[in-house]
Amino acid sequence: MNIEDYRGIWVFLEHKEGAIVPVSLELLGAGRRLADKRGVPLSGILIGDGVKALASEAVAYGAETVYVYDAPIFHYYRTESYMRAVIACVEKYKPEIFLYGATSTGKDLASAVATDLATGLTADTTMLDVDAETGLLEASRPAFGGNIMATILCKKDRPQMATVRPKVVRALDRDPGRTGEIIEEPVDLREEDIRTKVLDIVRHAVKKVRLDEADIIVAGGKGLGGRAGFEMIDAFARRIGASVGGSRDAVEAGWIEHARQVGQTGVTVTPKIYFAIGISGAIQHLVGMQNSGLIIAINKDPNAAIFGACHYGIVGDAFEIVPMLTEAFDQALREEVEHG
Amino acid sequence: MLHIVACVKQVPDTKIIKMNPKTNTMDRASAPAILNPYDAHAVEEAVRLKARYGGKVSVVTMGPPPAVKAIRKCIEIGADEGYLITDRAFAGADTLATSYSLTKAIEKIGTLQPIDLIICGKMTIDGDTGQVGPGIARRLDIPPLTSVNKVVEIDRVAGQAIVHRKLEDGYEVIQTTLPCLLSVEKEINDIPYSTLPNMMRAARYQPVIWSVEDLGIVDRTKLGLKGSPTIVAKVWPPEKPKGGEMLQGSSEEQVNGLIGILMQKKELFHKSSATAEGGVQ
Repeated sequence: MNIEDYRGIWVFLEHKEGAIVPVSLELLGAGRRLADKRGVPLSGILIGDGVKALASEAVAYGAETVYVYDAPIFHYYRTESYMRAVIACVEKYKPEIFLYGATSTGKDLASAVATDLATGLTADTTMLDVDAETGLLEASRPAFGGNIMATILCKKDRPQMATVRPKVVRALDRDPGRTGEIIEEPVDLREEDIRTKVLDIVRHAVKKVRLDEADIIVAGGKGLGGRAGFEMIDAFARRIGASVGGSRDAVEAGWIEHARQVGQTGVTVTPKIYFAIGISGAIQHLVGMQNSGLIIAINKDPNAAIFGACHYGIVGDAFEIVPMLTEAFDQALREEVEHG
Repeated sequence: MLHIVACVKQVPDTKIIKMNPKTNTMDRASAPAILNPYDAHAVEEAVRLKARYGGKVSVVTMGPPPAVKAIRKCIEIGADEGYLITDRAFAGADTLATSYSLTKAIEKIGTLQPIDLIICGKMTIDGDTGQVGPGIARRLDIPPLTSVNKVVEIDRVAGQAIVHRKLEDGYEVIQTTLPCLLSVEKEINDIPYSTLPNMMRAARYQPVIWSVEDLGIVDRTKLGLKGSPTIVAKVWPPEKPKGGEMLQGSSEEQVNGLIGILMQKKELFHKSSATAEGGVQ
């Protein structure tokens, strides 16, 4: 492998229901910064069935080139078909850095691609930088359940690949005035060579919890003691228009569903306001919520680690404080409406 | 008769692990070594499929000699055989090198009895990557299926399986050829208490132990640190946010203080009150 042959920053453009997913747009923003620092082009790779129109969106968000694989064989995401398109494209154009969203699709695809290309892949990155001179990608991520941060390098192999967590980097503002080149790539795949078939897709009827998109989150932990505690914070959350989250302990105890787990093995959240109620503040939890705009902690234990991570803290019994807070808030908002 | 191989790892319990504040390193002695919790679900699923279709469950792990303990835990869950690959040459392996070594072991297990299905946990709780399973599948050139939360059917005669893959907002039903590799979510099953016969068998179980030579690996550059494209250049403790302001006074005074702070953001509440979501089922 001659490292000099590899040039440019790439982003895998994941899409859903006719739109590029937010994390891919965020990665175009991060990729733009890396590409400018290195003085190399930023490209996107778009794979799907009838997705050509999305390529210009990627350009509006910062890509200079978009490689498009558009064919019925890509109607559903399947590891084998997508992987082959990605590998063909990498072998043809040789990018130096290749970023994927750390979504179930992004992680699935990147893992398979890395093995075939025999290159390094850093999972669940939360910070990205590049050495302008050497072109080494500095991919940093929490490890050992969030107990340490580690910077991972891939010195001798290319492309340097990473999956990046949603919400840790910023997308550029959409600018339809940006120009770029859209290149349609030939598709040389036959259905009979793909060993998996998607028989059906079942979407949950209930609106999916999107904690990562919530403006306000009220999260509960072990200190709530049980389901009754969660009903209490649920009432508070409804009153203030918040979503409910939980710590790993609360999820493991079955007080709240897994999709609402905030933290290292759950969701990373960045709401404008985060209430941590009865949460002690294990490091695994902190890595998932520490980028929230305003963090408010309520806990009985004055020595709880959460108080070291919050902006405002109340030492007290959640079962006393939360109902008071709900009522006081109700009144404050009502007065606001009357006088406003 | 199905032959299922489950890949497992012994990991430090990251919930308990302590950091040495002076050296910024992990005090591994502070954390007990456990079977990776996701892998326990992989083994349990293999055992359930064996109960459904008949067959045999083998488990394989790469690790230092004490990893025997993780294999014994798998026997307790109901696995039939365990293989430990252990060698200094494996040390420092990243996911690419790990998938290579495990693939070599799986190929050797396959020569003893052909393999229909490989099952891995979704990820380990120390590495948190989820990359080794798909890596093994690629090396064996079999379909990798991640995020599996249900096995609907295995048809060994037709050489096919149907599974559910979890999506962000539902699941997809996938038909695949056998053999294939599944990495499974923890909600795929609940692990029951161990039975007494399994516990007794586990207590005295001695796994098969293979070294690099036993696996017939000639190219040592693919192993351990040498075979790992990624290196850890730096570790540091996660930034500790500076402690915030503690509200003072009686509960009522503290609550009123907080309301005062929140009302500065009142436009947020007016906006979101319209879309109140709550959440407890």
